[in-house]
Amino acid sequence: MSRQAIGVTVVLSILAALIVARSLIGDGSGRVYTRTVTTEMVEVRLPASDPAAVDEEQARQGQVVTEEAWVPVDSEEAKKYASEGAATISWTSRKNVPYSQVRASPDDEGISFSWSQTLGIWLAALLTLAIFSFLYKDNPIYKTAESLVVGVSAAYWMVVGFWDIIIPNLIGRLAPAFVEANFTPGLTDLEPQWRYLIPAIFGVLLLMRLAPKGQWLSLWTLAFIVGTTAALRMVAYIEGDFITQINATIEPLYQVVRNADGTTDGYATLWASIRQLILVVGVLSCLTYFFFSLEHKGAVGKVARVGIWFLMITFGAAFGMTVMGRITLLAARFEFLFDDWLWIIDPNKQREVASVISMITG
Amino acid sequence: MKRTVPLIITATVGLLLIVANFVPALSELSEDGTTFFSIIAAIAFVLGGGSLLKVHLKKLSDRDRGWAYSLIVLGSFFVTLVVGLFKIGAPPNPAYPDKPWAGGYNEPGTFFNWIYEYLFYPLTATMFAMLAFYIASAAFRAFRAKNFEAILLLGTAFIILLGQTAAGPALTNWIPPDGPFAGLRLEELSAYVMDVFNTAGSRAIVIGIALGIASTSLKILMGLDRSYLGGGN
Repeated sequence: MSRQAIGVTVVLSILAALIVARSLIGDGSGRVYTRTVTTEMVEVRLPASDPAAVDEEQARQGQVVTEEAWVPVDSEEAKKYASEGAATISWTSRKNVPYSQVRASPDDEGISFSWSQTLGIWLAALLTLAIFSFLYKDNPIYKTAESLVVGVSAAYWMVVGFWDIIIPNLIGRLAPAFVEANFTPGLTDLEPQWRYLIPAIFGVLLLMRLAPKGQWLSLWTLAFIVGTTAALRMVAYIEGDFITQINATIEPLYQVVRNADGTTDGYATLWASIRQLILVVGVLSCLTYFFFSLEHKGAVGKVARVGIWFLMITFGAAFGMTVMGRITLLAARFEFLFDDWLWIIDPNKQREVASVISMITG
Repeated sequence: MKRTVPLIITATVGLLLIVANFVPALSELSEDGTTFFSIIAAIAFVLGGGSLLKVHLKKLSDRDRGWAYSLIVLGSFFVTLVVGLFKIGAPPNPAYPDKPWAGGYNEPGTFFNWIYEYLFYPLTATMFAMLAFYIASAAFRAFRAKNFEAILLLGTAFIILLGQTAAGPALTNWIPPDGPFAGLRLEELSAYVMDVFNTAGSRAIVIGIALGIASTSLKILMGLDRSYLGGGN
């Protein structure tokens, strides 16, 4: 065993010992408790919210039009409209309970320890540490976590695409009756829209890329994607960015700011005008720098140089904001480790006594 | 056939969508185009999944170096896919409890939600969070105040970083907030830089990007840029 391996083993052992010690001190850590909630629904016939949509003929004659609906058994509507022997369906779900509540009512039989979520917290924490281990160097633990990211992300986006886009936007347009009967009850337009065969065909052509022969057919779909993107983006950027930004810049240099009584606020007017002047000078000088049809010499060169200064400030600000964003993410991961997992901090006041006092008193 | 048809598709679809912006009667076409695009993008995820399978199954069957990681990729891929597509553990939709498939696939309590909460989110968030270390390290190596432009970049980054944290107000707390120099307080300075100088630079960049996208789009639609078809032409 090399010296480096011994060092890593020692560090990991100390870390594991500290985690075990934390789990045994006071109320422990990284546990989730849930309360079982039972939902019971009953089928009733309620007066239709849009009678004409349910039965146009009856609605025209002024008759009461009803429609089937499911309401909670303890609701006012259930008491009023549920008939004898009406169909009921019930199911249970679990809701998280803060640990302070578990301590306050230890005899509450509705609260129970959640194995699945506790396992989840520990798994998430260990995987977070596994990813952080890359800061030392590439290692098998990191590679395992990385492989999990690849597998889970690919399937995650496939599932999201299937349920959020393919079912409502493709199958829901081609076979709306089937989708209404099974996946999205309440759909009103049940006429198939056959033009949606176009993306279906292009989709199949795209998958030809995986076939041993005829891969070139996927270029047709690629051409469709490129054509759509080019057209939509061109219009969107010209309309939303090009024109809007020029419009926002071409404002009077003298910006009047008025007080509540209608008089001019001299100080605010001065600063607003300076702001507008800097904006106009900044935009024009930056655009001059981007203009390569003229050589950047003489007056043009000087203006372009001012443009570089503005761009440097912009890049500096962008860098600062990017760092801030990443640090915020990092802080959120540390918060997860120290709050949800180790119960050392408690920013949401979920288990004040359990985490802080028990740590001190043991 | 292999190159002409794609060119015709690109030009026809693109021009139709552009014309649809100017003809109110064709506005539905523009909405359809966007929906078609999102459907094909969703099908592209299937292509991505298929490609992933192809690569890792080959690695596994060849017993290539690191094949065990391919096994983890495939295992996690299949488990996530099955629990998501079959909505395992999904509670009924309260409005339609008699329809077993009407429940949300990502509702709390589903196995898919568990994977999102305890695998997908922590892993991806930590991956992005790690960039904080690399950005800091890259900045330390790259930022040298060797000329006026570099000083501007460095100085602005510091002002923004300090202004956005508690350190900024703490450092310039001695400047009266109502006095004539209140604008020099770091949080004020940071806000002013973002509001004025950053806006000016960003506007010019955005105008440049918009012009670039418009010209590239026109080149593609007119068939002058065919790089997306491959073959180097």
